[in-house]
Amino acid sequence: MASKQKVEKDYEDIPGTYVFDAERSRQGYHLNMFCMSLMKAENRKAFKADEAKYLEHYPLTPEQREAILKRQYNRMLELGGNIYFTAKLGATDGHPFQHLAALMTGSTQQDYADLMLRGGRTVEGNRSKSGKFEKSKSSQPNKASKPKAASKGKKSRG
Amino acid sequence: MARIIAGVTSSHVPAIGAAIDNHRTGEPYWQRVFEGFERSKEWMAKTKPDVVIGVYNDHASAFSVEMIPTFALGTATEFPPADEGWGPRPVPVVKGHPELASHIAQSVILDEFDLTLCNKMEVDHGLTVPLNLMFGTPKQWPCPVIPLAVNVVQYPPPTGHRCYMLGRAIKKAVESYPEDLKVVIFGTGGMSHQISGQRAGLINSKFDHAFLDNLTKDPKKLTRMSHLEYMREAGAEGVEMVMWLIMRGALDDKVDEVYRFYTVPASNTAVGHIILENRIKGVKKPIGKKPAAKMKRAAARLKVHRVRS
Repeated sequence: MASKQKVEKDYEDIPGTYVFDAERSRQGYHLNMFCMSLMKAENRKAFKADEAKYLEHYPLTPEQREAILKRQYNRMLELGGNIYFTAKLGATDGHPFQHLAALMTGSTQQDYADLMLRGGRTVEGNRSKSGKFEKSKSSQPNKASKPKAASKGKKSRG
Repeated sequence: MARIIAGVTSSHVPAIGAAIDNHRTGEPYWQRVFEGFERSKEWMAKTKPDVVIGVYNDHASAFSVEMIPTFALGTATEFPPADEGWGPRPVPVVKGHPELASHIAQSVILDEFDLTLCNKMEVDHGLTVPLNLMFGTPKQWPCPVIPLAVNVVQYPPPTGHRCYMLGRAIKKAVESYPEDLKVVIFGTGGMSHQISGQRAGLINSKFDHAFLDNLTKDPKKLTRMSHLEYMREAGAEGVEMVMWLIMRGALDDKVDEVYRFYTVPASNTAVGHIILENRIKGVKKPIGKKPAAKMKRAAARLKVHRVRS
């Protein structure tokens, strides 16, 4: 990822977050344009009929291709995908957005929905990787829940 | 002379639109959200704006990654609802106000805001959900709407300060339009939310309440907030609250907060809503016109639910 004269990006310090900047937009152009194509009903149908074949229309990297086929949503973001675009893939699969959120946060859809009902994920402890923006102690009404590595995302009802 | 009489902010969560479209507003989960907008609809029915300026962001509907305009003003006669992947929302076509929109375009571009102008554009839930929340589900929207789409999808969005100053320029533009029009401006999106990555689900109510307080009383303080702070404190997608500052910049410095509503969650998002009115004395008297009747009407309007800032 690191290139020779990399511009320092202060927002890379935010944990569990892939800021969709110009660099990611450049990397993910075709991935996002593939997702964009799913706004048309006939394209959704063609994609669902033969996913691998449909993806041949787009000059994706092998990693992007794999992430799409395996529905690895965080990996797609890492490889230049943007959530408003990748959400169209989720919609094509007939999933509500919270299903994708559960996959990205390594949770089940029910657990994720419950987290939101309890007031969401707290910012305390989730501000920065470096820890430099953490305040000492502050009362936060919502329950603490740190982002976990999203790998054990279990599918729950669509 | 046209004038901006009030500003409204509202979240534009797509699931709110889905709840309306699928007739699920009566479910307890959604009732909590929709009840908060009952008084807003009453306020809107009384206020009867002639035109709404709707500041919102497009969600990969009208604009993909092919073109990413920072500020795109809709100058078309109408704006059909976009197919966002499950068919267009069953909402009325948004009718524009091309004359006022062109006037605003000309005025703010000469004021050094280099807008993109759209004579053909589809609009997504970012614009139509707030219209539903404020107007309900009529067969036709009761007034023309001028869409102003702001890029908050690809980093960096315009700064809060830039947004606020654009609001200032829009206010000046509206006030130099000769026709007598009452304009209400919407700032949409927010509040705290993150819908991407492992940190998805982030909500920061403390941040949101402070933001609402400052929006009324000290918006200039908000114009100094960095994108990093928005994203860190209010979630990666929470940065879209910069759009609210366009609305605020288009109002007078001193405003009356007539209504506020906040609830968590709607799907993945904290819902925040506020109605701000310009004070009567802040309205410049148009020379050569009889202001008395107008003032009376404005005073009557202000009687409802006033909270001093």
